Amino acid sequence: MLGFIIQRVLQAMLVMAVMSALVFIGVYAVGNPIDVLISPDATQDIRTETIARYGLDRPLYEQYFTFVGNILSGDMGRSFVFGMPVLQLIMQRLPATLELTLVAVIGATLAGVPLGIYAGYRPQSPISKTIMAVSILGFSVPTFWIGLILILFFAVHLGWLPAGSRGATRSFLGVEWSVLTLDGWKHLVLPATNLALFKLAMMIRLSRAGTREIMLTDTIKFARAAGLSEWTILRQHVLKLISIPIVTVFGLEFGSTLAFAVVTETIFSWPGVGKLIIDSIAQLDRPVMVAYLILIAFLFVTINLTVDLVYALLDPRLRRGRAA
Amino acid sequence: MTEPVLQVSALSTHFFTKAGVVRAVEGVSFSLARGEVLGLVGESGSGKSVTGFSLLGLVDPPGRIVSGSIRLEGRELVGLPNDELRDVRGRRIAMVFQDPMMTLNPVLTIERQMRLAILAHERASPRAARARSAEALTRVGIPDAARRLDDYPHQFSGGMRQRVAIAIALLHRPAVIVADEPTTALDVSIQAQILAEMAKLVSELGTSLIWISHDLAVVSALSRRIAVMYAGRIVEEGPTAVVLDEPRHPYTRGLLDSLPSRAEPGRELAQIPGSTPSMLRLPEGCPFRPRCPRASPACTVMPEPTGDAVRRARCHHPLVLTPAEAV
Repeated sequence: MLGFIIQRVLQAMLVMAVMSALVFIGVYAVGNPIDVLISPDATQDIRTETIARYGLDRPLYEQYFTFVGNILSGDMGRSFVFGMPVLQLIMQRLPATLELTLVAVIGATLAGVPLGIYAGYRPQSPISKTIMAVSILGFSVPTFWIGLILILFFAVHLGWLPAGSRGATRSFLGVEWSVLTLDGWKHLVLPATNLALFKLAMMIRLSRAGTREIMLTDTIKFARAAGLSEWTILRQHVLKLISIPIVTVFGLEFGSTLAFAVVTETIFSWPGVGKLIIDSIAQLDRPVMVAYLILIAFLFVTINLTVDLVYALLDPRLRRGRAA
Repeated sequence: MTEPVLQVSALSTHFFTKAGVVRAVEGVSFSLARGEVLGLVGESGSGKSVTGFSLLGLVDPPGRIVSGSIRLEGRELVGLPNDELRDVRGRRIAMVFQDPMMTLNPVLTIERQMRLAILAHERASPRAARARSAEALTRVGIPDAARRLDDYPHQFSGGMRQRVAIAIALLHRPAVIVADEPTTALDVSIQAQILAEMAKLVSELGTSLIWISHDLAVVSALSRRIAVMYAGRIVEEGPTAVVLDEPRHPYTRGLLDSLPSRAEPGRELAQIPGSTPSMLRLPEGCPFRPRCPRASPACTVMPEPTGDAVRRARCHHPLVLTPAEAV
């Protein structure tokens, strides 16, 4: 098990190294930040001075190594636009996105898995068919449209919930969280629902497919032959067997939602990182873009590593190094 | 004679598929005395496994038992509500399947799987359940049982896995065990071990056993009585020795002739001509008619079983006549 972890951590580090180079070179090729930073009528002296100050006159590889060295010492640079350290800028925004994403993905899993298991267990029942029809909607209707409809219905028409922005926050572990206040939840419900619908559909489909397949196996027949109740079979056998693909998708979805909740954040004016990255790209705020992408790569790698470790917990066949 | 443990009469299980009705089991009757071992033999698709699943009420849709009766220890199982049937399963009648790799859940420990089987029928503390599971594993010949409870199925060999499955089936000391080809997926040497172990266990516990197999040799080694199935019906039934020595149905004869152990060395094996008919398009009358060397125009009518409760066959032209028929 220890060897497995070490191997996975080394792989993760390699991925990070490759990723940082790709991101740096990729972003380097996009536009010239000097055009944004310096007004067109500035003198040549000011131009040269500014370029030198940001180190933009150095060769690419030198800039890259300076950049990696800075990252390793915890310095991800300063935003050209905001003039503050990038890490601080992202960390200010990250909790908002993190709680939105977590609520959405966990909610989708908690609701989607039981619904999917039911639909897989009784594929012919009208309830199952309704569940599947709704899941098709979740897949095919665009997020922004559902977001607008949610606002129109619950915020404008019924007036039950606020139409956007983040609610009151409370400090926990030095970070401001809105999930700790009632007002925060009121603001969170609509965007989280909006973000969760696609994931809900995916979880339903995944659990349903897994359940249908497993219900036909001899494992289930044998459990039934031993007199286990259907409820016990679903809870103990089926849930455990379908949890492996579900953990994978949970991890991937969590990562990608965290990185790309942009649409929902924009519609609900949610002050998260998705909004930040869109603004940075528009303004060619290079340090923010690079730091953000590196951070996202780091998150993905960490999530995948965690998923791998959870696999080993769930599936005894993957645990190596243990005597048979 | 004492009341049989299991009395099956005129059992029919049909599958209602889009292509038509498959009469997988049709008018099957047999009885099983306490502690008796019955061999149920037939080719693939003869309905022997469906018969086994019918006994436990585990026929998957679109199949269902359409008629007949299954009396287990005097209690009628056909038409019993699901929860009552569930209560009987595992407690009074249990089943062991062909492939132990597929039957045990790969992600649960043996202890967990055994505990679930125990808790399905009675209350037990985790400690008591564990003790009983260890005892059950020891009984089926698994060494170091207490420690192996924490292992997962993939940590056992094929033979050991099947022993675990047998231990689970025996947990509640059922009156009847249905064993559906439990040795087919195993090595020959392991097969013999499991056979011997099964024979010993059922005689110790007084459990009756229905051994389903396509392998006449395996069945004859274990069972005192044998029933041969063809196309959903029992075509011949009787004491194993008598059926093997003097088969009355031409199909049984054909099966025996195609056994390698019975053939003269160096000579080509005898075969039954043709192949098993499609269950959707059974020939009229005796389903074996197209492959039968003794078929006559009379065979276009389904033959009724002849003989007595001990020895029966379903054939217009039996190879050996009963004393009654000879007169």
